[in-house]
Amino acid sequence: MILKKDRRPRKNPPPQAEGFFLPSKDLLGLRDLSEEKLTLVLKKAEEFKKLLQRKEKGDDLKGKRVINIFFEPSTRTRTSFEIAERNLSAEMTNITPSASSLTKGESLKDMIENLEAMKPDLLVIRHGASGAAQLIASYTKASVINGGDGSHEHPTQGLVDLFTVKEHLGQIQNKRVLIVGDIAYSRVARSNIYGFTKMGAKVTVVGPATLLPPGIEKLGVTVSTQFAKHIPEADVIMLLRIQKERQETLNFPSLAEYTRFFGLTRDLLPLIKKGTLIMHPGPINRGVEIDPEIADSKSADGPRIVILDQVANGIAVRMAVLSLWANQRVKK
Amino acid sequence: MKLLIKNGTVVDPASKREGHFDLLINNGTIQKVERKISTAADETINADGLIVAPGFIDLHCHLREPGQEYKETIRSGTAAAAAGGFTTVVCMANTEPVNDNAVITEFIQKKAKEEGIVNVLPVGAISRGLKGESLADIGQMAEAGIVAISDDGRTVMNSALMRKAMQYARGFGLLVISHAEDETLSGASSINEGLVATELGLPGSPNAAEEIMVARDIALAELTGARLHVAHLTTKGSLELVTAARKRGVQVTCEVTPHHFTLTDEMVRGYNTLAKMRPPLRKQEEVDELKLGFKKGLIQAIATDHAPHASFEKEVEFHLAANGLIGLETALSLSLQLVEEKLLTLSELIRLLSSGPASILGLKNKGILQPGADADITLFDPKASRVVDINSFRSRSKNSPFHGWRLKGEVHTTLVGGKVVFRD
Repeated sequence: MILKKDRRPRKNPPPQAEGFFLPSKDLLGLRDLSEEKLTLVLKKAEEFKKLLQRKEKGDDLKGKRVINIFFEPSTRTRTSFEIAERNLSAEMTNITPSASSLTKGESLKDMIENLEAMKPDLLVIRHGASGAAQLIASYTKASVINGGDGSHEHPTQGLVDLFTVKEHLGQIQNKRVLIVGDIAYSRVARSNIYGFTKMGAKVTVVGPATLLPPGIEKLGVTVSTQFAKHIPEADVIMLLRIQKERQETLNFPSLAEYTRFFGLTRDLLPLIKKGTLIMHPGPINRGVEIDPEIADSKSADGPRIVILDQVANGIAVRMAVLSLWANQRVKK
Repeated sequence: MKLLIKNGTVVDPASKREGHFDLLINNGTIQKVERKISTAADETINADGLIVAPGFIDLHCHLREPGQEYKETIRSGTAAAAAGGFTTVVCMANTEPVNDNAVITEFIQKKAKEEGIVNVLPVGAISRGLKGESLADIGQMAEAGIVAISDDGRTVMNSALMRKAMQYARGFGLLVISHAEDETLSGASSINEGLVATELGLPGSPNAAEEIMVARDIALAELTGARLHVAHLTTKGSLELVTAARKRGVQVTCEVTPHHFTLTDEMVRGYNTLAKMRPPLRKQEEVDELKLGFKKGLIQAIATDHAPHASFEKEVEFHLAANGLIGLETALSLSLQLVEEKLLTLSELIRLLSSGPASILGLKNKGILQPGADADITLFDPKASRVVDINSFRSRSKNSPFHGWRLKGEVHTTLVGGKVVFRD
């Protein structure tokens, strides 16, 4: 990914344009966004959340053609994007390419060049291959919003998580965030590492040594294999989904053993500070990453389970992203 | 037909000749190398200001013919070679069909004779179909003219098969070239394991994947007495293994490619498929170690691993993209950087491009400028500056990450068997 420098605002920018300068026409990852831009998106998301609470909608995407291209199945992210687009009055189309052109041997480039002829304004991409969103972005003038590409990034999920933490804890700076599990293959982990470290949180990643990818410490996080040790200080415990199909028995011996060392089991409850947020990007493997009782707990004494808040916030956050990137100004 | 090359600066490490010499060529053979030759000739080349070197020999390229002529042909690949100053190229066996039998070897030889612009020396496969299961027709291919065997592109993962291949090859006096990557460790990865791979969310291949196989093949060469050549070596650990083995008398040599001593895995950022290859580009520390290896004289050859691919094979998702880059037309310039950085003298560099590879292959009359040797000669200007332009390449493919780079060194004239095959 090529990092471009943010443009300094001109001396007398039109007031509505302030902060609208984005580093790129696309949102491919949180690695590319500065703290300032992250703050801008979160602020915008807050506005949209209030709008939704008033049961109002926006017209930020009126006349804008949005195509959601989901190469990989997804329920939450796709629905969340669709609702966000409708809420902003977009002209929206969905494509599930596995069932259409790609099976006929068409390349991704061909497909995007064909869609390009239909002049879309925004493309929302979910793809199983790391880098696919960037590849697509290079063949279209439309803004590409990465809805998750392989093990690379899932920037809107990262923004949702930042938003949810800020909403519950008031701030992100100096909060201790513990990201647990499959760091190696998780795109959510990467986006959250970039997002939370840029916003000043203290991030620790913990998981089996086989799922801690080399060099990860250079991203400004503490790396550990001792889950329980870090629990007492954590303000946020983010449990990542174990992709059972990806583990191939090489990364750990069994799900039971994973749960014993990295699952949030009931035995660990007493270690958790009151008010600590328990997050999960979903879908949850109940009994693997988290004890089912904890996942469903609504007790006020223990940690706060905000997994469904994450889902709910997804809409406002995606509205913010869509609105900003559709009406952007990009440094040329 | 007599041809005279006058006023050039001869740099010929094999004959230890360096300085102003004229060369007289008669019927494809060097007749005289003297301070001043005044004999009348049919043609005279004024090499004033140019380096006159033995023609370069590339131990490692892919000419793609038969079967993938949309990427490269013997004609276009050897034209690229000539433009890069190479007078002999060794072409790998992963054509379609694979060069695993004498019929394919003979086809390549015939095509090379009819259409080849430089000398082509084919490599035969180690295993039938490069499948790593059973031996290819090594003896019959040897008869047909292969100079080595290799499953390059793939590693022979079965150690017993590799052992038998070495034993068998030894019986025919063939060199065994190893593509050393433990595929169980590297998986399908074409990026170095480390920070860049982690950030991109791509599975990486560790140095150990290469070093394990270099160690294994050295052990097998020791066991069988075969001559082993390690292709595209990329790590300090591999170099240490080769160096230690050579010290104890094992017949092992190694090559390093210009891209592996020039680029790092940082080049892959942005999912740059032009920087996708196997073995992968390593990190800076490893590149520095390779350069130190040149300085210490631990590396026996520079080879291009010229691997042409059409743009549609590169303009795809990273994991689907073809491996490799073209190198014949940039190798000299990139290699001259080693001289610029004072890691090598010009003479040492020319050795790595000519007499080094010639001695690995056991070629008697190539890689040297002396009376009786083949008149394969490269004239180049080491100081001339140029901007690399993929559109000017003779290769059919354009997959070079060096497009737009300003580099020094320009090939002026290339002669094969006394005939001018390239003139800038």
